[in-house]
Amino acid sequence: MDNTKRYERLRERYMNGGIDRRSFLGLIGAAGLAYGVQTPFARGALAAAEQVRFDGWGGVVSEAFRKHAFDPYTEKTGITVVDGTFGGGDEYLSRVKASQPGEYNIAHLSGVFDYARYHNLGLSSTLNEDNIPNLKYVIPKLTDVFRKVTGGTLSCVPYDYGTTGIAYNRKHISDEEMKEKGANILLDERFKGKIAGWSDWRTRIWYASLQTGQDPNGATDMDAIWEAVRTHRDLLLKYWSSGAELMSLLAEEEIYVTEAWSGRVYALQEQGHDIGYMDPPNGFGWQECLFVMKGSPMEPCEELLNFMLAPETSIAVAEGQNYPPALDPTKVDLGKKIPTLPAFDPTGKLDGLTFADPAYWNGNEQEWSKLFGRIQKGY
Amino acid sequence: MTVEAREARQPYLLLSPAMVAVMLLLLVPLAFIVVYSFWLRTATGADQAGFFLDNWREALSDAFYRDILLNTLKIAAITTLVCAVMGYPAAYVIARSRGNKAVLLLLLMLPFWISYIIRTMSWINILGASGAINSALMWLGITDAPIQMLYNEASVILGLVHFLLPFMILNIYVSLDGIDTTLEDAACSLGATRWRTFLEVTLPLSLPGLAAGGLLAFVLGAGTYITPIVLGGPTDAMFANLVFEAIITQLNWPLGSALSLMLLAVLGALVLLYNHFLGMGQLMKGLG
Repeated sequence: MDNTKRYERLRERYMNGGIDRRSFLGLIGAAGLAYGVQTPFARGALAAAEQVRFDGWGGVVSEAFRKHAFDPYTEKTGITVVDGTFGGGDEYLSRVKASQPGEYNIAHLSGVFDYARYHNLGLSSTLNEDNIPNLKYVIPKLTDVFRKVTGGTLSCVPYDYGTTGIAYNRKHISDEEMKEKGANILLDERFKGKIAGWSDWRTRIWYASLQTGQDPNGATDMDAIWEAVRTHRDLLLKYWSSGAELMSLLAEEEIYVTEAWSGRVYALQEQGHDIGYMDPPNGFGWQECLFVMKGSPMEPCEELLNFMLAPETSIAVAEGQNYPPALDPTKVDLGKKIPTLPAFDPTGKLDGLTFADPAYWNGNEQEWSKLFGRIQKGY
Repeated sequence: MTVEAREARQPYLLLSPAMVAVMLLLLVPLAFIVVYSFWLRTATGADQAGFFLDNWREALSDAFYRDILLNTLKIAAITTLVCAVMGYPAAYVIARSRGNKAVLLLLLMLPFWISYIIRTMSWINILGASGAINSALMWLGITDAPIQMLYNEASVILGLVHFLLPFMILNIYVSLDGIDTTLEDAACSLGATRWRTFLEVTLPLSLPGLAAGGLLAFVLGAGTYITPIVLGGPTDAMFANLVFEAIITQLNWPLGSALSLMLLAVLGALVLLYNHFLGMGQLMKGLG
């Protein structure tokens, strides 16, 4: 029954004396209020088919997406890509949790642990892979890990990979010293006040595992790890919380050494800063994916994913954001720049990278994130 | 309906849009937060509805939260004091200036045209290792290496003073501007020195503005979370950072709700104390 019919029936009851004037006006008012309240959401739902919301890491990464993927996609399909940013997967998850289904569509998530977390919270969708033929170019190892989490189907497509290694100012730290000290350079008293670190609890525990000689995916002596986290904190200038802040701290020489995202360091090197980058043994490898949220308009999202996985788009984005694409180098010619990027694996097997085990990290997330929050503040 | 009855209803009719807005935008969300504070966060990050006292027990008994709260109140108090000391002379000059008052007030309002975050970040370019002050000091040969001025409690207080000083000045200015200057003239003509006139006439009469500015600066300062993130070091977190972290990083909305209500209760108690000793009427007077 449409609204006009409802109104006519109500009016008829009023005219026939079925309801009094106050009730009639009250019901009309309530209907008006309900319409007013639901209209913004209904408008969002109606617009959903004409636009797709994409959220990513901001900075040079977002710029690369906008320039090489979203703008050409909109030009080709007429579907607008609303481009949002976040500082981390945790922050974004909180926003998604507070949203209506369909409000957020595609996210540039980092790590299989994020994929598993979102899936466990009931936020995953099921992609129709027939609508994403360019998926055939992707390194199989990257899709397999996601399929394991979601029972064989995919809620995302892998898009790029990189490492969180150690960035250092070559004016103050030589390549030789870095090789010799590895992850322990972050605990070197000599650089007190010139060391920084990402405020991400996983990264802190990962590096503390390396500093205490433990397996980053299976530490057994957590006391030693927390002690290393505290030692690092006491030598620290500050914890950075975004890629832009990381780049600023290094470029302004506020700090000499920190762990850092490979692509951001490459961007600094391109700008002429004498910043070195090193992945210590068992350094933190990660892969990023384009995750489609439950409740999203699937066909436009799948079309966008397919467009983004097209080799020409994927390579252009990778060159812009300085992270190697998920495309298999044995199947696709990746050009000249990509083989020079940090963490690039020409074999497409990624055997040299250590990725976070989602079961290990998500199983300890509640306890460790809280404890790190305290240690971070001086406890 | 009689004219009297219609007139009696009029204030309520005029107030109703504001009351509805307050209800929908403040009281309803607050009620949600109260309900949330009794829920629990499960291991996967999902919320478990119910009536659990765990979050409140943790928030009230854990020394970690108490210490950060006390540190937050300390930083807010220092900021308020600095704002009062710096703001009073500025407000006095504006209130007593002739001719260029409008220009001075406009200059005071100028910072509001720039984003608070940008204003906070601008200190990085001033106090940073390669910022304006360090560059000048090294260029003049006063120091060989940059002096560490950022990412400590002092830089957090500086950022907060930068943010809150205009609020303090405006409140004091409104109060000073409302003082009948013939009272000061009368004091002087009766033999009081300028200093004594200020202490016994001007200052007491401007106290409502000073108190209103102080309350505003304290409450806003205690609730900030951007400034410690941008200008603070590892151990300079304030209470709002804990709320942010519980809700955003740990996805623990129930605990975050309990913590935010705790901060609200402390600041609410402060407002009640203010009301008890000075009265909200004074605050309204101070706010103009």
